[in-house]
Amino acid sequence: MHVTRDFSHYIRAAGEGVQHIDLAVEGVHCAGCMAKIERGLSAIPDVTLARVNLTDRRVALEWKAGTLEPGRFIDRLEELGYKAYPFETESAEVAEVAESRFLLRCLGVAAFATMNVMMLSIPVWSGNVSDMLPEQRDFFHWLSALIALPAAAYAGQPFFRSAWRALSAKTTNMDVPISIGVILALGMSVVETIHHAEHAYFDAAIMLLTFLLVGRFLDQNMRRRTRAVAGNLAALKAETAAKFVGPDEISQVPVAAINPGDIVLLRPGERCAVDGTVIEGRSEIDQSLITGETLYVTAEQGTPVYAGSMNISGTLRVRVSAASEATLLAEITRLLDNALQARSRYMRLADRASRLYAPVVHATALLTILGWVMAGASWHDAIVTGVAVLIITCPCALGLAIPTVQTIASGAMFKSGVLLNSGDAIERLAEADHVIFDKTGTLTLPDLEVMNAADIPADIFELAGRLALSSHHPVAAAVAQAAGAKSPVVGAVEEAGQGVRATVDGVELRLGRPSFCGAEALVGSVDPEASIVAFSKGSERFVLSVRQGLRPDAKAVIAALKARNVGIEILSGDREAAVKSTASALEIPEWRAGVTPADKIARIEELKQRGAKVLMVGDGMNDAPSLAAAHVSMSPISAAHLSQATADLVFLGRPLAPVVAAIDASRKALHLMRQNLWLAIGYNVLAVPVAISGVVTPLIAAAAMSGSSILVMLNSLRARSTSREIV
Amino acid sequence: MEILVILVPLALMLGGAGLVAFLWSLKSGQYDDLDGAAWRAIADDEPAPKAPAKR
Repeated sequence: MHVTRDFSHYIRAAGEGVQHIDLAVEGVHCAGCMAKIERGLSAIPDVTLARVNLTDRRVALEWKAGTLEPGRFIDRLEELGYKAYPFETESAEVAEVAESRFLLRCLGVAAFATMNVMMLSIPVWSGNVSDMLPEQRDFFHWLSALIALPAAAYAGQPFFRSAWRALSAKTTNMDVPISIGVILALGMSVVETIHHAEHAYFDAAIMLLTFLLVGRFLDQNMRRRTRAVAGNLAALKAETAAKFVGPDEISQVPVAAINPGDIVLLRPGERCAVDGTVIEGRSEIDQSLITGETLYVTAEQGTPVYAGSMNISGTLRVRVSAASEATLLAEITRLLDNALQARSRYMRLADRASRLYAPVVHATALLTILGWVMAGASWHDAIVTGVAVLIITCPCALGLAIPTVQTIASGAMFKSGVLLNSGDAIERLAEADHVIFDKTGTLTLPDLEVMNAADIPADIFELAGRLALSSHHPVAAAVAQAAGAKSPVVGAVEEAGQGVRATVDGVELRLGRPSFCGAEALVGSVDPEASIVAFSKGSERFVLSVRQGLRPDAKAVIAALKARNVGIEILSGDREAAVKSTASALEIPEWRAGVTPADKIARIEELKQRGAKVLMVGDGMNDAPSLAAAHVSMSPISAAHLSQATADLVFLGRPLAPVVAAIDASRKALHLMRQNLWLAIGYNVLAVPVAISGVVTPLIAAAAMSGSSILVMLNSLRARSTSREIV
Repeated sequence: MEILVILVPLALMLGGAGLVAFLWSLKSGQYDDLDGAAWRAIADDEPAPKAPAKR
């Protein structure tokens, strides 16, 4: 059978006779890698562009149409030592990038206007106490208006739009008081300028927008960076399938290009990328990513297989079905939708603060106006003072209080191997006081390990590893990896469903089922989770026990969580014996086995009733609904696609320590957010009486605003220093 | 104070030039890879193909 790789799905035309492809590249992290890749790829004739993006870990390639096959770039990168895979920009990411550019443009306009208005304001402020002519002052005010009004109309769009959306939905958010403050300050300043008054607040209004846009941009940038990493991961896992394009010809195509009714080939050791039904072949499949069950299931003609299942022993032909036909997935999707709806009711800290803040501020301004009128001031003076109150209380520091901490805390988490999927995850994670772990793939490692490697003589183990290289079976792959085998045994033959055999120096070697190697006698009391592989060399017989090991630091992490007074339990879809042994190894008294997705949700709801804030850590497809139902959720990077998309946080690598690191970092961040909010409110408490008394000048407003904003930003920087010793 | 007639437009023009330059740099994608740009500044130049030895 002939296999080709088909990349046409990812290639797009980039102008006259030039084709473009984006590749996500793993392991690029320095200038050296960048230069190496760019030179290595540019050396291929007819390549017109090879440019690495270090932030997104991607490389953009362009070449003369029809001259090159993209597979060649991937092979070239492989030679250079990098794993690359074609990448398709998700629409969500395109939107994030566009939004990020728009905010940066707004920020540029606002910063330009602030600088120029300030240049005009400072002479006015100093002129007020020296000898500026009223005509000159008016001229400067008009010039300021000319710059500030169009700039605010453009740069204020993100705030005005969001405020309008909130008001049309009959709620308020932080942008409502911001928009009202800016519009009133500008309107009043124009009126004052027409009446040749001494004070105008163009500088304060436009400076406010600049500071707030900084906060908004930081927030956006954080989300964009996470989105890019998540996009790369999605590309890595996507999933290609071997589709039959002719009776005997298969083509490796992305899943997006597969339609229901197509027939795909599933070889041993491959993970199924589609849902479908087996039409030919017989094999064992591992559905642990879907059900949590570690026992293999026999697949034969008519057996449904789901995306995420691993094919173990035989080759299968699968007819692709529409996703909705798969009953298990349909059930999971339905639970997931319900859970997601429930979660969107969470109110962010910033919105809660603004819901309290806006009415208080607006009432104060109104009372100020009425108070001054009653005290005998003219309506004009009273309104000017009222607007001054609004300007000074405009939540400048409040708008920066949360995004700055979020940006810095997410950067710190990024370094300790945790990615954030949603911005408010930090707040919710900080509140978590009960952790539910899934077992398979979460507490245990997703890949298999040889548990009794130490009991086998080193030379035998190495030989077994080399022989294992010739097999597609995942258990054999684990043996090969554990033995660090590099060169396969020459002339090894695989017998489907049995094992591999070879003859070296006249001695027969066999690796596979115990019966295949004549080693049944050695298989004694067996660990319920382990797969047994036998190895024979001549008349010598050995038995290897292969299973998913616990994450190396799982025990220490559980102890660290207990020390932080967090409740812990295991909910697993796996068999009771398997869960029990894990729970006792980790000293977790509370565990349940054989739990269905609906049971998991029920348990989470029960805990919610008791007032617990649940952190769910899981990786399987069966965990996705409970990840969404929990207060906050986390997935390892090896998780099923659906779970990873649902989880609030994703952690990288083999250790479990990022779970504790993330909890610590988010608790610290929440503490700083609260502190920032109090700083901002404290500043208002000091400034508001000054504003009410009517002695605020534009100079005082500008100084107070920048002072409080800088204070809040400096305080946020403290989120960067995360403590090293986690467990 | 007649000098204002020259200085104010001059200041605004300089500021405007800065803004235009910023918008151009944004449009040409110079902010797309901030991490990479930091390194590119210190990366060695690509050796020119068959660079003749100069004295």
